[in-house]
Amino acid sequence: MRNEPNITPAQVSEHGLTASEYKTILNVLEREPNLTELGIFSVMWSEHCSYKSSKFWLKTLPTEAPWVICGPGENAGVVDIGDGKAAIFKMESHNHPSFIEPYQGAATGVGGILRDVFTMGARPIANMNALRFGAPEDAKTRHLLAGVVAGVGGYGNCVGVPTVGGEVNFDASYNGNILVNAMTVGLADVDKIFYSAAAGIGNPVVYVGSKTGRDGIHGATMASAEFDDATEEKRPTVQVGDPFTEKLLIEACLELMATDAIVAIQDMGAAGLTCSSVEMADKGGVGFDLDIDKVPQRETGMTSYEVMLSESQERMLMVLRPGSEGTARAIFDKWQLDFAVVGQVTDTGRFVGRKDGAVVFDIPVRPLVDESPEYERPWVKTPPPAPLPPVAAPMDHMAALQNMLSCPDLSSRRWVWEQYDNSVMADTVRKPGGDAAIVRIHGSNRGLAITTDCTPRYCLADPHQGGAQAVAEAWRNLTAVGARPLAITDCLNFGNPERPETMGQLVGCIQGVGEACAALDFPVVSGNVSLYNETHGQAILPTPAIGGIGVLDDLDRHADLALRRNDDILILLGETRGHLGQSIYLRQLLQRQDGPPPTVDLLTERRNGDFVRGLIATGQVDTCHDLSDGGLLVAAAEMAMAGDMGMDLNGPDDPGFWFGEDQGRYVLAVPARVAEVILRQAEQQQVPALGIGRTGGEALTLNAGVPISLAELRRSHEAWLPDYMANS
Amino acid sequence: MKASVIVFPGSNCDRDIQVALRNSIGGPVHMVWHGDSEMAKTDLIVLPGGFSYGDYLRCGAMSARSPIMREVVARAESGVAVLGICNGFQVLLEAGLLPGALLSNAGLKFVCRDVHIRVENSQTPFTNGYERGQVLRIPVAHHDGQYFAAPGTLAELHQRDQIAFRYCGKSAGADNPQFSPPFNPNGSIDDIAGIFNDRKTVLGLMPHPERAADPLHGGTDGCGLLDSLVAALS
Repeated sequence: MRNEPNITPAQVSEHGLTASEYKTILNVLEREPNLTELGIFSVMWSEHCSYKSSKFWLKTLPTEAPWVICGPGENAGVVDIGDGKAAIFKMESHNHPSFIEPYQGAATGVGGILRDVFTMGARPIANMNALRFGAPEDAKTRHLLAGVVAGVGGYGNCVGVPTVGGEVNFDASYNGNILVNAMTVGLADVDKIFYSAAAGIGNPVVYVGSKTGRDGIHGATMASAEFDDATEEKRPTVQVGDPFTEKLLIEACLELMATDAIVAIQDMGAAGLTCSSVEMADKGGVGFDLDIDKVPQRETGMTSYEVMLSESQERMLMVLRPGSEGTARAIFDKWQLDFAVVGQVTDTGRFVGRKDGAVVFDIPVRPLVDESPEYERPWVKTPPPAPLPPVAAPMDHMAALQNMLSCPDLSSRRWVWEQYDNSVMADTVRKPGGDAAIVRIHGSNRGLAITTDCTPRYCLADPHQGGAQAVAEAWRNLTAVGARPLAITDCLNFGNPERPETMGQLVGCIQGVGEACAALDFPVVSGNVSLYNETHGQAILPTPAIGGIGVLDDLDRHADLALRRNDDILILLGETRGHLGQSIYLRQLLQRQDGPPPTVDLLTERRNGDFVRGLIATGQVDTCHDLSDGGLLVAAAEMAMAGDMGMDLNGPDDPGFWFGEDQGRYVLAVPARVAEVILRQAEQQQVPALGIGRTGGEALTLNAGVPISLAELRRSHEAWLPDYMANS
Repeated sequence: MKASVIVFPGSNCDRDIQVALRNSIGGPVHMVWHGDSEMAKTDLIVLPGGFSYGDYLRCGAMSARSPIMREVVARAESGVAVLGICNGFQVLLEAGLLPGALLSNAGLKFVCRDVHIRVENSQTPFTNGYERGQVLRIPVAHHDGQYFAAPGTLAELHQRDQIAFRYCGKSAGADNPQFSPPFNPNGSIDDIAGIFNDRKTVLGLMPHPERAADPLHGGTDGCGLLDSLVAALS
């Protein structure tokens, strides 16, 4: 081991390690670490890589179902979708870097999640994203939104994977910490899935992709701390993406995967070469010997510390079968990518690096992973919200509708999704703007439905209900297009877990998520936790973003929200109690954010959803929309605008009826004779169902009042975001 | 008919056009690697959409200088039909097979949406299945699709009937009065969406016919272009 100066307490703390964590390191090594070793421990034990605050609670989530092939713990989750195919998917946060440098932060977020999916043998077929920004009035919001959207598009469009949907929300709590959660779904053969456990003593460890540079060093540690006034100085920790190289890397890896050369493969994401090596070695119960000098480097004079901690993008690590290096090298040469044998698998159980012939680090693998801290952090349960005081109806319902359709959270996202290529790969069946996106499973008449959901204001008021609601809404959105929901990925974004109140939000949300997953047979198969989304002690709203996927066995039988026939009957399914607590109506028209969020009754949710899915599968329903933010009248208006067709609606003169956000509800539009049958079936199956109107014309009319033309509705709905962005 | 699709590093619509062509032809479509310098006999060469060479330097500039392009230019000069879609259109301009240039969109943003285009000349191998004046709905997805040509070139394009498609409103007549974004998505001069060479054997266009070639795409207006080629070249 090379002699280096002693580690000082200041260095320990600069690496984000506590004194007691450092003591554990001394015990593991039975000596003092050198600087490279300290760096390796610090990234491996960062919140981002070790999940030290959340692990205890994550273990409580349901992760199994007969169709789950691989749950959490690998690069992404894998579910069997029938016909010998598997869907591989995950959502991941790239919050901290995107705030510092929005274009590159968002772009590399997309790049990272793509790699998590194709590293398992899947061709990526769809991208989604869940984005949350500060208040529109905040000085930075416009710049961050423009940069993030351009970055998401710039990467995904170039790689040639369609971005088929997502969410964009605004809230002042995100002023200092935006959320960029990116999701990728890929398609693989069930018998050609690749895992990361290294095996075969003496097998070559191979590095492919881009060269290693000095970018992104300590990205994982940066993403595990709060922001302060010096945040700008963290810009060098943000990585720079090259989607062109990623595209070549996808093609080269998939080409190599068609051979039998690969034993194990893992992308280099957070904590780069360190984390990928350690995880591969640990899962295989083996050691790794790396020759740092063989790592392709973009710059000269890089230290072992820099090489091991760089988060340069578009890199992969593989263990190959002996003798297959030639085949593999030829493929990577063809795609003009770097290829280097950088080490070998050993039976020592140690992670060893050499540079210029000398050992520069030597750490036992198992304790590096197993001895990582796990905290059962103190937490307090979020107090239940006070009941909602009476709500006065401030204005005419139609005026309220127009106000809501043009508010930042409900206005059209066209300005965003037109910057994303949503139709490349020529398998996009339902584009952004509906309940769930649908992509065809290439070469078949089956499809995958994909959605992302979360209502953070519900989670703040009642984390447990909010967590359950996020899962239920994802399940409902998949159901609304006719898909059979299969599994979710969760991206848990919270503030500082060292505060018991924040930890209480995390615990409550995880409990709610778990309860809904269990009740809906909708397990968690992958996920990511992003903590310390906090600036000057101001935390974000608790935001457990849920990405859900479902399968459609026959694409000829699916639904979307666009009205398509005159004189269809509009049917409201599910119970309407007029729940206005935490609704958009309260916030938008009465500037109030009080009361409890709507309760999610999971049994009812399931019964209503199964009923709707049955109607779509039997071909009785092709027009369906789920009810969420804004309630019934907003949903009806969205259906009218999407189908370019008006409607006459009838119902009680009560804002709770038109704008309440009760859960487990859908609106259907069906021909009159089908409506009769459906109402009868609903009664038999104890699903509340109510005729609320009829389609036709070019305006929306409520209780024979003054109609609003579709053109006027559309102006309200479409104008806000482009006007806001143009107004810089 | 024998069709060949050139695959550049960064092409990402190569499979899409392969599938659509295979459906129109009812037979295989040959994929040709950019690094090859020879190509089997073919009746149609397609330069697909994507981000060849990452759009670095200038869209299409590096691809236009790849080994296979010498062969593509030679075949084009001998009269073999060449179709360039999106990035392929950019490559055709950089290779000098079509006149003019494609600039960044007027809005300076990537734009992906369905647009309406009007068929300006139906007397070509690419468009014989359409009527002149017919309006098609086909998606665009690009950042650099603003067609530009100097006044003299533009006059020649008009004079020689080289304009293939122009962006237009929903119907051949007036634009739809309801809310719709400007029908020209990128600020192209004269609303030009696609052009031919003088002999009408080379076509470059920004919209993606292969993404409007299946009922599940929500429209099949792009099939006419591929079916026209099959009818003309078989």
